Amino acid sequence: MIGVWIGLGVFFLLVVWFISIYNGLVRLRNEKDNGWSQIDVQLKRRHDLIPNLVETAKGYMQHERGTLEAVIKARNAAMSAQGPKQVGQAEGQLGAALQGFFGLSEAYPDLKANTNFLALQEELSSTENKIGFARQAYNDAATRYNNAREVFPANMISGGFRPAELYVIEDAKERVVPKVSFGS
Amino acid sequence: MWEQIRSNERRSLFVLAGMGVLLVATGAALGVTFTGDPEAMIFGAGGALALWLVLWMITVTGGDQILLGMAGAREIEKKDHPQLFNIVEEMTIAAALPKRPKVYLVDDPSPNAFAAGREPGNAAVAVTTGLLAILDRDELQGVVAHEIGHIKNRDVKLMVTAGIMVGAIAMLADMGRRALWMGGARRSRSSSKEENGAQAALMIAALVLMIVAPLLAQLVYFALSRRREYLADASGAMFTRYPAGLASALEKLSGGRAPLADTSSVTAPMYIVPPMRAHGAAAFALFSTHPPMEERVRILRKMAGASYTDYDRAFAAVKGGHIVGERSQREAGQVPRRAAFGAEGALPLAATVATAAAAVPAAEPELAPEARRRQANDAFLTASGYEVRSCGACGATAKIPPSLRGKVKTCPRCSEPYPV
Repeated sequence: MIGVWIGLGVFFLLVVWFISIYNGLVRLRNEKDNGWSQIDVQLKRRHDLIPNLVETAKGYMQHERGTLEAVIKARNAAMSAQGPKQVGQAEGQLGAALQGFFGLSEAYPDLKANTNFLALQEELSSTENKIGFARQAYNDAATRYNNAREVFPANMISGGFRPAELYVIEDAKERVVPKVSFGS
Repeated sequence: MWEQIRSNERRSLFVLAGMGVLLVATGAALGVTFTGDPEAMIFGAGGALALWLVLWMITVTGGDQILLGMAGAREIEKKDHPQLFNIVEEMTIAAALPKRPKVYLVDDPSPNAFAAGREPGNAAVAVTTGLLAILDRDELQGVVAHEIGHIKNRDVKLMVTAGIMVGAIAMLADMGRRALWMGGARRSRSSSKEENGAQAALMIAALVLMIVAPLLAQLVYFALSRRREYLADASGAMFTRYPAGLASALEKLSGGRAPLADTSSVTAPMYIVPPMRAHGAAAFALFSTHPPMEERVRILRKMAGASYTDYDRAFAAVKGGHIVGERSQREAGQVPRRAAFGAEGALPLAATVATAAAAVPAAEPELAPEARRRQANDAFLTASGYEVRSCGACGATAKIPPSLRGKVKTCPRCSEPYPV
């Protein structure tokens, strides 16, 4: 009789253990997915802001048509990119184009005094930051999730949980800060 | 909540448990002093827990609103101060909070900031207009990250729980001391000599506890608060990946501070720098809710990277010992520090390249402090319902108080009518 009770107790403990590990993994996976969707939200926001920015700057930066066009082109390419790898590359180029643009804008005091431009600049800079922080948060969450599903004993039941990929900047071009020359 | 605190630092939970034991012991001692009967200890202990529960319930229902109201804080919208709003959004993302905390502004020239809200999904960050006036974007980000760190680490809940224990212990001990003063315990029924002796010993123990317990609880509470400050600094450095921002903000805040107008000792642990001027015994480090500023700055400046492990190492080098829980360190892993924000305050894409700072274009001329102060004040005024009208003729901007909203039809300076 007592053997039955012990057996039942052990079984009960096993069930509780299974549930807690399973739920923990689900929670971490949701955190990770939420992190990924944050990156998407911010990328979209950046696409929405750029036309306004170019429109505002056009009047002041007539001699920089090339730069402005490069920004627009990079934005359109980023919007039509498909799949994580392509998106990553296109967004990286867009970021570089934007940095080049803001670097150049330093040379236009009238533009820098335009309140609309300043507001857009703050918006875009912040969006840029948010993209960075969203990547950071996603990678943190993905690392936690991967660790949790790999450690013993969770790895015995985590077969249904696929490992998460980390968001790494692959393009070497994206790793260097673009050079800005002010001409002479 | 407990999981979060445990992974950050198990010691905080032990401290809290210790305070609970102290509370129960004080209650038991009170039971003895009132009745002189050792059996009453149980009732005293139960009463102490009941008192704590009641106080806790009172604070839980509507505590945040009381806190924000006491500080004179007003909720602002994005259009009132876009930069502050953006920074809070950025840090919400970095900390992966479920929801952006509400943003409050306090109209006070003394630079300070605090966090409120027991749950990360329902929290608030408040900064003073004086803070906005003196900090640049990186520094402001550091301060906001520290406050978001308090929210993420569940410090509000922890410190409120601990604060109520301190209050309950003080109340019980006060009651007990009064009872003794008024004539001591009722004579016990038994008259045997040993029992009387044992009873006297018990009474003396109770008396000592009544005197020592409130003081001990206070000291423990302050020590707990200081540890949570360090932890919030560590979280802030981790979220921004830029410890130098918070360090430089703390340096600015420590120089020549005036005390905040509306604060009380209850809310003090939630501020980034101690809101009240230290005087007398309060100037003594053991009775401070915050660690010394120079030490906080030194630790942040010493960090090799931006991870919890880096903070813990810097802490060990400056003060000795450990501050961040092992589990947090392990989970967060290696985190490189990033370079300073570039010209437009954006995170450089080469966030992992520490030398990028040199290649970043010249920094944008910072807004003059006067302009920043004005911007902050305007944000507070619009949040308080003021109407802002610009005159097309003379260029003057009038801020019209809520009571006269819509009633001012002409520019006060040149009497030109405002466009309808």
